[in-house]
Amino acid sequence: MQPDPMIFTPLLAAAAVIFAWSCYRRFSLVGVGASEDRCSSLPERLQGMFLFAFLQKRVVSRPFGINHLFIFWSFLILAIANTEFLVGGVFPAARLVRILPAALYQPLVLVFDIVSLCALTAVVIALVRRAVAPPYQGARTGEAFGILSMIGTLMLAYFGLHAAEIALGAEEAAQAMPVSLALSSLLAGQGPETLNSVAQVSWWLHAGVLLFFLNYLPYSKHMHILAAIPNCFFKGLETPNTQPREEFVEGNVYGAGSIDRFTWKDLFDSFSCTECGRCEKSCPAASTGKPLNPRLVMHDIKVNLLANGNLLQRGGEPTVPVIGDAEGSIKPDALWSCTSCGACLAACPVFIEQMPKITKMRRHLVQMEADFPEELLNLFENMEQRSNPWGIAPGERGKWAGGREVQQFEAGKTEYLYFVGCAGSFDSRSKQVTLAMTKIMEAAGVSYGILGKEEKCCGDSLRRLGNEFLFDKMARENVAQFQEKGVTKVVTQCPHCFTTLKNDYRQYGLELEVIPHAEFIESLLAQGKLKLDHHAKKGGNIVFHDSCYLGRHNGVYEAPRAVIAQATGTAPSEMERNRENSFCCGAGGGRMWMEEHLGERINLNRVSEALEGNPGTICTTCPYCMTMMEDGLKDRSNGGTKVKDIAELVAEGLA
Amino acid sequence: MYVVACIKQVPDTTQVQIDPVTNTLVRDGIPFIVNPYDTHALEESLRMKARYGFKAAALSMGPPNTEATLRKALALGVDEAILCSDRAFGGADTLSTSNVLAAAIRKLAQEDEVGIVFCGKQTIDGDTAQVGPGIAIRLGFSQLTLVDRIEHLDFLTKKIRVRRKLEGRYEIVEAKLPAMITVVRELNRPRYPTVPMRLKAAKAEVKVWDNKELQLDPNSVGLKGSPTWVSRIFSPQRAAGEIIGDGMGDPAGTARLLLEKLVASDMLAV
Repeated sequence: MQPDPMIFTPLLAAAAVIFAWSCYRRFSLVGVGASEDRCSSLPERLQGMFLFAFLQKRVVSRPFGINHLFIFWSFLILAIANTEFLVGGVFPAARLVRILPAALYQPLVLVFDIVSLCALTAVVIALVRRAVAPPYQGARTGEAFGILSMIGTLMLAYFGLHAAEIALGAEEAAQAMPVSLALSSLLAGQGPETLNSVAQVSWWLHAGVLLFFLNYLPYSKHMHILAAIPNCFFKGLETPNTQPREEFVEGNVYGAGSIDRFTWKDLFDSFSCTECGRCEKSCPAASTGKPLNPRLVMHDIKVNLLANGNLLQRGGEPTVPVIGDAEGSIKPDALWSCTSCGACLAACPVFIEQMPKITKMRRHLVQMEADFPEELLNLFENMEQRSNPWGIAPGERGKWAGGREVQQFEAGKTEYLYFVGCAGSFDSRSKQVTLAMTKIMEAAGVSYGILGKEEKCCGDSLRRLGNEFLFDKMARENVAQFQEKGVTKVVTQCPHCFTTLKNDYRQYGLELEVIPHAEFIESLLAQGKLKLDHHAKKGGNIVFHDSCYLGRHNGVYEAPRAVIAQATGTAPSEMERNRENSFCCGAGGGRMWMEEHLGERINLNRVSEALEGNPGTICTTCPYCMTMMEDGLKDRSNGGTKVKDIAELVAEGLA
Repeated sequence: MYVVACIKQVPDTTQVQIDPVTNTLVRDGIPFIVNPYDTHALEESLRMKARYGFKAAALSMGPPNTEATLRKALALGVDEAILCSDRAFGGADTLSTSNVLAAAIRKLAQEDEVGIVFCGKQTIDGDTAQVGPGIAIRLGFSQLTLVDRIEHLDFLTKKIRVRRKLEGRYEIVEAKLPAMITVVRELNRPRYPTVPMRLKAAKAEVKVWDNKELQLDPNSVGLKGSPTWVSRIFSPQRAAGEIIGDGMGDPAGTARLLLEKLVASDMLAV
C-alpha cells in the first residue's frame, strides 16, 4: 500500500523544514553562553560517548534503566525502518523490498518486527511505571504520557500496516514478520476494501505521528533525544568540582548572574535533561526538604534561556534574572542548600553538571552582590584575617602536638609534608585524629614534617562557597609556600585539603603527590610497616561512611575499606547508600559553617541510616563527616555507637 | 553634606602577646584589622549615604601602613578616604589623637558641611572610649555615645534621635546636628566588599594629610601633646586552671563535679 507521493512529499518537506528550523532556533540559543573547550582528547570523548550514550552504562545502573536501553536501541534500529518508510512515501520505487535481495530483506524486516514488539513492551512498562510508581512526585505529566503514547502508537500503526498488507497478500516477506503475521490472522476474513482501509489509516497514522513527534521534540524535554548523545561526548574530563579560575582585573564580572554568564556547555546541559529525576533522588538537599532540587535547577536554566535567549541574540539585555524568585530563576536559598557532594553529577546518566552551575551562581552572589547567609560573614573574615574558619589565632596552629616534638618540614630532611589542616589543628575532636596519625607514622618510621604555625588553610570552603577572590589569594600563598619549601609529597587527613591541594592547586601550576590518609595507611600496611593486633580491637560492628570528597570527587572507595578490614580483621559493614551512591553528611560545600534552618537535618538522615545495622562504630575519613555524625548521634540519643576516624581505628590496633 | 566614619587600624588582639622583658606589645607578624566597633561606624555611614545621599568619608590617623585599612573602607563604598599621618603625630594618646582628627574634620568641612561623625564606642587595643567624645568637644558637636539605633533624622529641623544602649536600660536622646555618634555592635551588620569594589579600591586615592595640611601646634599633637604616659604594660597573673573529671569518658559525672565546685565556691546558687 502506498499513498500518493503528490500529497505526502510536500507534507514531508514542510515537516523537515520546520524541524530543521526549530532545531536551529533552539540549539543556536546555546551560542549566547561563554566559550569553553570541550573538544580536546577526542579518543577519550568518543569512548565516553560509546560507553555512556550508546551502551547507556549509567542509565542501566538504576531501576528501569534496562527499559530505557530497549527503547533507545529500538529507536536506533527503527530509524532505518522509518527512513525507509518516509523515503518510500516520496519515491515508491525506492522501497527496500524492491531494491534488496530477499536474502537481505527478510532478516531486516524480521529485526524490525521483533524490535517493534520490544519497543512496544518497553513503552507499556514505562507507562505503567509512571502511572503506578512515578520516579518523583510530579513526574506524571501530560508531556511524559503523551510522548510514550506517541511511541506506542507508532509501533501499533507499524503492526497495523504490515498485518493488513500481509492479509492482503501484498507483503512478500510475510514469513519473516512473526508479530505482524500473527496480528494479520485477526484480520482474516475481512474484505480487500476493509484491509485497504486499515492499511491506509495505519500508514497515515504512522506518518502523521512520526512527523508530529519529530516537530514536537525540539519544544519538549524530549529534546534529550537530540542532545544527550553529544552531551556525553562533551562531558567534563576534569574532576567536576575543580572549576575554572577567575581573573581578577578591573572591569571583569564574576560568576553567573545572568544566563549568558554560563558557558555554552552549561546551556546545552539544560537541553540534555529529560527530567528523569535521578539527581533529585540522590541529592541530600532535595531528599531532606530543602528548596534545592538539581532537576529544577536545570529546568529553570532552560526556561531562563528560552525567555532571554532571543533577546540576547539580538544584542539585548536579559529580562529574567537567573537568581531570584521568578519562574526561570533559581532561589538563593536553593543555591545555599548545596553541599557540593556531587551526588547529582554521579547520578546523571548523560553527565549534566548541576553542581558546578550552583557554584557559578554562588560566585556571582558573593563576589558581585556580597549577598550570602549572614553566618558566612564571620567565616570569610576569619579566613581572610586568620586563615582558618574558626578565627583562632594562627599562632595556635601546631599546638595539637601538646608537649610532643614534631619535626618541621624541611625538604631533603623529611620525605612527606603532613598537612594537618584546620580541623586537625584546631577542632578538639579532630586533634585526636591528628595524634592518631602521628602515632601511626611514627610506628611505621615515616619521615615526615609539618608546617606548624606556617600552615595556612587550603581555602576549600571558600571556593565551594563562591568566594573565588579569597580562595585565589589563599591558593597563591599556599602554592608559593609549597614551592619555596620544595614540597612534593603531601599526606592529608582531611579530604577537603586533599582535593584542594591535589586538584585545585594544579590550576596554579603546582603538581603535588597528595595522598589521603586512608591510602597512605593502606600502603604502610601493604609494606608491612605496621604491626596490628586484631584482638585489641573492640569496636563491635563497624559501619563505613564514605566522604564525598574522597569518594565521589576522587574515586577513593576501596582503600579505607581495606584498611578497616586489616585493622580489625573484619570488613566494615555497608550502609544501603554507599560508594558513588553514598549520602553526604551535610557539611560539604561550606555548609559546615552555615545553620541548617530548612527541612530535615541531613546528618540525622544519614545517622539514621548508619544506625540501621546497629553498629558499635561509625567510621569516617573526614573531620566534617566526623562532626556531623557525632552531632547526629547526640540527637538520636544513641549512647552506644561511637564515631571514629580510620586513623584512630588503626592507631588503637597498633601492637 | 558629609558623614564621616573615624576608623582605627588595630593589631588583631586575639593574637597579641606582651613581651615579658620590655613590657610592650609583641607586634611582629601580627596582622592589623579594622577596630571591630569601627566597622559598625563605617557601615552606618554607608547606610546614611545610601539613604540620605550624604558623601561618606573614612578618616584615620596612623602610620603610613594604615592606608590598607582605609582601602578596606573604600572597598566598602566610602567616597573619600583620608589618612592623617605625620611623624609629629606619633606616640599620641587619646587627647592629641582627638586634636588631629578634629582638625581633619574641620578641614573637610571647608569643602562641605559635616553632618554626622561616627566612631566605634572604643578600640580593642586602647579600650579608652575617649577619642569620639574628644572629637565632639573640640568641634562643638552634639555627643551621642553607645548608640544602638538611629531612630530618626530630620533635615528640616536638623535634629537626630537615637537610642543609647546603657547598662540595664535604653535611653532615647534627641540632639542637634552636627553630631558625633559612637556606636555599639548591635547597631547594624557590616557589609562585605564586592570584588569589583575591592579592585577599584586598590587603585583609588587615599588622601594623606600631614601637619603641613592641618597646621596644628606641634605641642598639641603626638607625644608632645599627650599628657598620658604608659609606664608599664603587663598581663595580670591568673591562677592556673584545673581540669575536672573526665569530660570525654563521663560527661554527666564531670558536669555534676563542676556544678558542685561552682556551688561550693559560691559562683552559683541552687
